[in-house]
Amino acid sequence: MAKSKTPLLDQLESGPWPSFVSDLKQQAEVRAKNEAKTEFQIPQTVVEELMGLLELSYVHKRGHWKHGGIVGVFGYGGGVIGRYCDQPQQFPGVAHFHTLRVNQPSGKFYTTEYLRQLCDLWDFRGSGITNMHGSTGDIIFLGTTTPQLEEIFYEMTHKLNQDLGGSGSNLRTPSDCIGQARCEYACYDTHALCYHLTKEYQDELHRPAFPYKFKFKFDGCPNCCVASIARADMSFIGTWRDDIRIDQEAVQAYIGGELPPNAGDHSGRDWGPFDIQKEVIDLCPTECMWMENNKLMIENKECNRCMHCINVMPRALRIGKDTGLSILVGAKAPILDGAQMSSMLVPFIKAEEPYDEIKEIIENIWDWWMEEGKNRERLGELMKRQGFQKLLEVTGIDPDPRMVSEPRSNPYIFWKEEEVPGGFKRDISEFRKYHQR
Amino acid sequence: MPPAFLKKGHTMELDYEESKAKLVAGLQKKLKTKSKFYFNDLAKILEAKPREAKKIVNRMVQERILEYWSSGSTSLYGLPGTGKQDAAEGKE
Ligand code: SF4
Ligand code: SF4
Repeated sequence: MAKSKTPLLDQLESGPWPSFVSDLKQQAEVRAKNEAKTEFQIPQTVVEELMGLLELSYVHKRGHWKHGGIVGVFGYGGGVIGRYCDQPQQFPGVAHFHTLRVNQPSGKFYTTEYLRQLCDLWDFRGSGITNMHGSTGDIIFLGTTTPQLEEIFYEMTHKLNQDLGGSGSNLRTPSDCIGQARCEYACYDTHALCYHLTKEYQDELHRPAFPYKFKFKFDGCPNCCVASIARADMSFIGTWRDDIRIDQEAVQAYIGGELPPNAGDHSGRDWGPFDIQKEVIDLCPTECMWMENNKLMIENKECNRCMHCINVMPRALRIGKDTGLSILVGAKAPILDGAQMSSMLVPFIKAEEPYDEIKEIIENIWDWWMEEGKNRERLGELMKRQGFQKLLEVTGIDPDPRMVSEPRSNPYIFWKEEEVPGGFKRDISEFRKYHQR
Repeated sequence: MPPAFLKKGHTMELDYEESKAKLVAGLQKKLKTKSKFYFNDLAKILEAKPREAKKIVNRMVQERILEYWSSGSTSLYGLPGTGKQDAAEGKE
């Protein structure tokens, strides 16, 4: 057997997990054989050279990609990330190896035909290597040369009805859960809102003028399948303001074992008979559930919509009927200074077209952040720096107990003059009526 | 009372040609030390609110007087043909 050219990368194929190295080897072979007779527009050996460069990085214990670059399609300040390697003589096939972000369809719904078209385009004009999906949700195309960018963009926009996603100091590709298309928990139409705002804010997506990145994510319910609460500068999370609907007969069916809890999700092992007290009532974080005369009771005022009981007994418990969404702001997941979850700004708002109220909040926040935000400062950091109170001021939203996440740790409240009846001036003779000198 | 446009932070449309000249001159002055600029730096040179500055900057990109530079996570702006990256690219 020929000696492997990438002994260090080969190590990454050992162990029980799937390896991207195996995938790359497979793709290198596909390109070498070229059974589909594709007229490759970038070097046929691009994948082998990529592995060669990566192997060299492991040998040298340092990266061989340069930082960023001036590439893009004309008029767009995002969607393309320039990558150049610093060993172009040794690996000419990856001298340019740019990334393209492709705006994924809502809920990541696509037909196999659409995927095939995207992949054919990418095999033809790029390396064929994709990442499904990036952490912002985009379809990521890894590796092509500068001359291919406009060609790919033209094909995508004119033939596949497909736009690029966001990168850089832009609004990033808005991303949403599968929502009402398939999920009974969805409290609003995530696809409709995601699509609407994507179209509304094209300029923010493609022409960078923000201090840093800004992400919208749309979750149909607090299960947060797209992790909006953890990663989005603005998280739109479905909720309801009336009562959880209870089907008492189905509750009994769960108790009696006729219906499997969690829709049978944990049925691979014998966990013993379902215990509603232990598995639902005792796990309710707000302790607002109990059994009374064989009936399940919920004090809905206390419920914080954590979804646990509904997830365990979906046939018995359903979201309320008066649905909408909560807007939370300021989450980020940076590598250096640790993650921050988003904070409640709007406890409840109806999600109805044309979404004017929602857009007003977004634009007020942007105006503030664009003016006050430091370079590379995320919204969550600005909120910490200038305070939640300032955020309420710029959005014109009144404070509400639901925005409080913990008891106050700071003993000082600084009142502004206009908030104090009569201001800070006092009538000294009035004061002297009650207080001696 | 002075007219509204004399107040700080007024929103009167900026004159494009004037702003363009101001921005180019401002960037050239800084070229010795810096070739890439944050959007905020541009707005400062233009002495404009971000929204106003954005209109001018966008148009200057369309006219290829400014170009984007991106690291992937952050975007910067520069005058074409300046900066290290461009020199390196020229040799490729
Ligand atoms: S976030 Fe909620 S509504 Fe959306 S897919 Fe997940 S469970 Fe369903
Ligand atoms: S959704 Fe959560 S908080 Fe509300 S009743 Fe169910 S378990 Fe309790």
